[in-house]
Amino acid sequence: MLVPLSWLKEYVDINVTPEVLEEKLFSCGFEVEERYELGRDISGVVVGEVVECEPIPDTHLHVCKVDAGTGELLQICCGADNVHAGGKFPVALHGAQVYATAKDHVTIEGVMTIKKGKLRGYESNGMLCSGVELGLNENLYPGAGYNGLLVLPADAKVGEDVKVITGLDEQIFDIAITANRPDCQSIFGIAREVAAVLGTELHEPALDFHPTEVVKEGFNVTVDAPDLCPRYSAHYVYDVNIAESPAWMRRRLALLGNNSISNIVDITNYVLRELGQPLHAFDCDYLEGNAIHVRRAAEGEKIVTLDEKEFTLTENNLLICDGRKAVALAGIMGGLNSGIRETTKEVMFESAKFARDNIRKSSRALGQTSDASQRYSKGVDEYATVMAMKRVLHLIEELGAGKVSSTHFDVNTGNSVEPSRMKASIEKVNSVLGITVPDEEIKRILTGLNFQPEINGDELTIQVPAYREDMEDYPDIAEEVIRMYGYDHIKDTFMPTAKVTIGGLNLIQKTTLKLKRSLCAVGAFEGMHYSFFSPADLDLMEYPEDAPERHAIELINPINRDLSLMRTTLAPQMVHAIARNMKRGTFEGRIFEIGNRFIPKDLPLTEYPDERETLAAGVFGENESFFTLKGIAETVAGVLELTFDYAPCQKPGLHPYQTASISFDGKEIGYLGRISYEVMQKEDMRFPGYVMELDLASLYAQYGKAKVFQPLPKYAIEKRDLALIMEKTVTCGEVEQVIKSACPFVTDVKLFDVYEGAPIPPSKKSMAFTVTFTPKEEEFGSDTVDGYVKKILKNLNYHLAIELRS
Amino acid sequence: MQDVNELLSRINEIKEEIHAGAADLKTSKNVYEFKKTFLDSKQGKISALMKEMRSIPKEQKQEFGKNVNAAKEWALGFFDELDQKMKARELQLRYESEKIDITMPAEKVTYGNLHPITSVRNQLSDIFVSMGFEVFEGTEIETDYYNFTALNTPDDHPARDMQDTFYLSPEFLLRTQTSAAQIHVMEKKQPPIKIISPGKVFRSDDDATHSPMFSQMEGLVVDKGISLCDLKGMLTMVSQQIFGEETKTRLRPSYFPFTEPSVEVDVSCFQCGGAGCKLCKGTGWIEVLGAGVVNKKVLENCGIDSNEYSGFAFGLGLERIAMLKYGINNIKMLFESDLRVLDQIDD
Repeated sequence: MLVPLSWLKEYVDINVTPEVLEEKLFSCGFEVEERYELGRDISGVVVGEVVECEPIPDTHLHVCKVDAGTGELLQICCGADNVHAGGKFPVALHGAQVYATAKDHVTIEGVMTIKKGKLRGYESNGMLCSGVELGLNENLYPGAGYNGLLVLPADAKVGEDVKVITGLDEQIFDIAITANRPDCQSIFGIAREVAAVLGTELHEPALDFHPTEVVKEGFNVTVDAPDLCPRYSAHYVYDVNIAESPAWMRRRLALLGNNSISNIVDITNYVLRELGQPLHAFDCDYLEGNAIHVRRAAEGEKIVTLDEKEFTLTENNLLICDGRKAVALAGIMGGLNSGIRETTKEVMFESAKFARDNIRKSSRALGQTSDASQRYSKGVDEYATVMAMKRVLHLIEELGAGKVSSTHFDVNTGNSVEPSRMKASIEKVNSVLGITVPDEEIKRILTGLNFQPEINGDELTIQVPAYREDMEDYPDIAEEVIRMYGYDHIKDTFMPTAKVTIGGLNLIQKTTLKLKRSLCAVGAFEGMHYSFFSPADLDLMEYPEDAPERHAIELINPINRDLSLMRTTLAPQMVHAIARNMKRGTFEGRIFEIGNRFIPKDLPLTEYPDERETLAAGVFGENESFFTLKGIAETVAGVLELTFDYAPCQKPGLHPYQTASISFDGKEIGYLGRISYEVMQKEDMRFPGYVMELDLASLYAQYGKAKVFQPLPKYAIEKRDLALIMEKTVTCGEVEQVIKSACPFVTDVKLFDVYEGAPIPPSKKSMAFTVTFTPKEEEFGSDTVDGYVKKILKNLNYHLAIELRS
Repeated sequence: MQDVNELLSRINEIKEEIHAGAADLKTSKNVYEFKKTFLDSKQGKISALMKEMRSIPKEQKQEFGKNVNAAKEWALGFFDELDQKMKARELQLRYESEKIDITMPAEKVTYGNLHPITSVRNQLSDIFVSMGFEVFEGTEIETDYYNFTALNTPDDHPARDMQDTFYLSPEFLLRTQTSAAQIHVMEKKQPPIKIISPGKVFRSDDDATHSPMFSQMEGLVVDKGISLCDLKGMLTMVSQQIFGEETKTRLRPSYFPFTEPSVEVDVSCFQCGGAGCKLCKGTGWIEVLGAGVVNKKVLENCGIDSNEYSGFAFGLGLERIAMLKYGINNIKMLFESDLRVLDQIDD
């Protein structure tokens, strides 16, 4: 929220520099996000007096001699029509900064630095400036709107910085207001805090007014929806004289970026900024039926707001109606043709409190916002509602904008705007903080915040002003005390009264971390991808229409379509990661991610979905293959002390003959495979890549199984190398299976060579295995193993037509 | 009968022959071959002399044998020495022939790194675990109740505007804060409670410093007599572990619906030590987390007696810590799995 220092000073004495004020506000909970001078872009511009002014023949220019207090007269060329000898104008000296304008001399196009130069052969040592070039307008400084030089008063001191005389030296604070302090969403609200933190006097704005005997006969105000409108006050003003507002008011509104419209409209905007209460002024000519009626909209009811947008409403929207029709969308915007005109003679002012969530929701649902709706969404208190109406009526009189009648309505639900009493134990207050704040400090601080504290032993009694709706209990008092007392009083202690607890990771957390570390040890880098992905990702991998991957939870309000589904698979993002690395010049690598897949039990969600922890791994580059990735799968199996089974399978987006399912204990828990050529092409991948997905959640039950120590074999093991000839279609897994089942003493079968070519027949291949035999109860006899080998060869021949290579 | 004197003079000749021949030897194999011509049991010249023993008069046998044996001993010693010299030279040559250019690049030994967020998360959880905290991971998809209502942020609360929430249904949403975990823990467990809850959170925000998904770590302590001083003491200790022993902490007022009082916690800038630099924007302080004393209403929502127990809670952004710690300037880099980035951060 923007707070001009000069305006703030009207309500509170400020005896410190802007720097110190900024620090004080920061320390008591109001962070100044930015503090700047109104004329922050302007420098080196001083008051100058034109001493001589001669026209340059055949041009619109004048060559002037200007006294700018520099000790010598400056020759400056000027094209403005109001330049004349004896006049005082802003002079941008050599090196000065002012705004550059377009040819129309009105549109600001940036900041420029003034340099000495020549115009039509005449030396020009600076520039005489217009109001626009200084960033001024008619509202900020009278006369600044003229399309020519800015005329300075005759008594302006030559050589003085022009910022002082034009108010460009105004300090503006941009203050962040936390959501619990809507009462500080105004200049006066901030002034209350400043008075408390500086310990200086607060001056309330004048609220007095003098109603005449006049009344608005028969007018009536009713509220049908007190839950959405707990207080609605209205006051009738007549003999309205629509005119321009005074310069001081226009300037203040301009400092906050508000245009001046007319005295009546300006008063509502001014009081909104000053006291934080949105106000509305209805032209009584438009109010039919002599009434204001606050009600919920009917389902499907329509209203056109004054910016000519039509809205179709629901009963969740609140309307202000006259005796016949809707005249405003409550708290958001007035209806079309209900606004103040030049001919307006009678006005009904509205100062109301509307429920903040209703205004917020309506505003969002309808996509319509205004200063008022933004303010209401933060919460308005009834104290301000009452005070603001008084202030409006005071300003009506002060500005001579109309006459204040005796017709006043205050429809409310009985909430008092008087302070309410709250009691608390001082010990409790201190216990929140962990320190003992001296009673007299507590009293001083709470007095400064207008809580009128009384302390009686341990009992603290305060009077909570009605605008402090955030005050509920002793912790709130503790916060008020400490933010003013200073957080630097809080000491470092370490829970002296707490019980000792044993901390730690649980088994799943420990195992996940162990898995991650093992994967790093085999050269994989951990990545992290978003939990949501794109429908296009499902298309990339060519999941069929009925694939479970397509049964994904949709975000109602995603940032964009690319982030609109909760991921049901980690594979597409891994493919993207691989492709992205290749595009960026990394042509090989290993990546893994452990994250959740989101499997809904129903759609739309009515219960928590299954968040399944899943491992994805990707390898790419010339040195990687299906088998290097399989090695990573085996690493996982090794860490978890499990055996995975692999079977050829087909998966969308993967190579039909280089893909395998991964099963544990007969249940498929994942897959690995080479990225298909179609996907490679779509992703513009230059080198092959391989991806794996493994559902870790289904392995949780296996985590942490105590490893049983296997005694070392008592008797010598024996190894035999077997070179075998077989049809090309026979797989390594099939051979291993037959060897293992042929003899119970076989503890390991390891492929060490594959060969095709002469002298082996073209339809066949050779595979060589090392078979390990481990004795159990007794040592192998001299030809025991030879017997086993014979049995193995016999079985291989019987099942797979395999011969021993001679 | 051989003339003994002649035979004895042969010994001297052989010795001279050995001396002369040795000068031409180049390798230990040459030495072996040359040695054989004198000492081979069958054809060696010295062995041959021994065989003359038969033809020597009995009374001279002893002396002759002694001389031949001495010559044999000498030759063996001579050749051993020569062999050793030769082998030493050959080894030297072999070493020389195997000279490498040690400035050539190393062969790659590959190992990966944990993600920077995992690293930061591990470092923090190690510290908290050592202080007796358990780690509780909630779900990424939450209900409105756990994410907001139970955290004293009812539907009409303006604080809901502070966070742009992704909704999945009227009831379910993507959690905007790990604070949701507080409620789950307190519903299940009575004090003493010390937990941290790390995890992914989601807000509808997308620019260089904001990502729609990021990670937080929530902390919660509920026990008897817990105060703001305990919060500060603990966070000071943690900050010193993370950012260095000299680190100071500063509390300043803030607002969260589920804590009262609420504070922002700043740490003294670890780059300039508080003097003011680019990293801390000249302030000497860096904002790292939000915290506060657990709001009584939150305790009561979970069935914990707020007269008996009090607590504090804090929440910090792991990306922010990682970015500060490793000097990463764009949050998006953390979610792209760019190996050029991941390779640099090994912590």
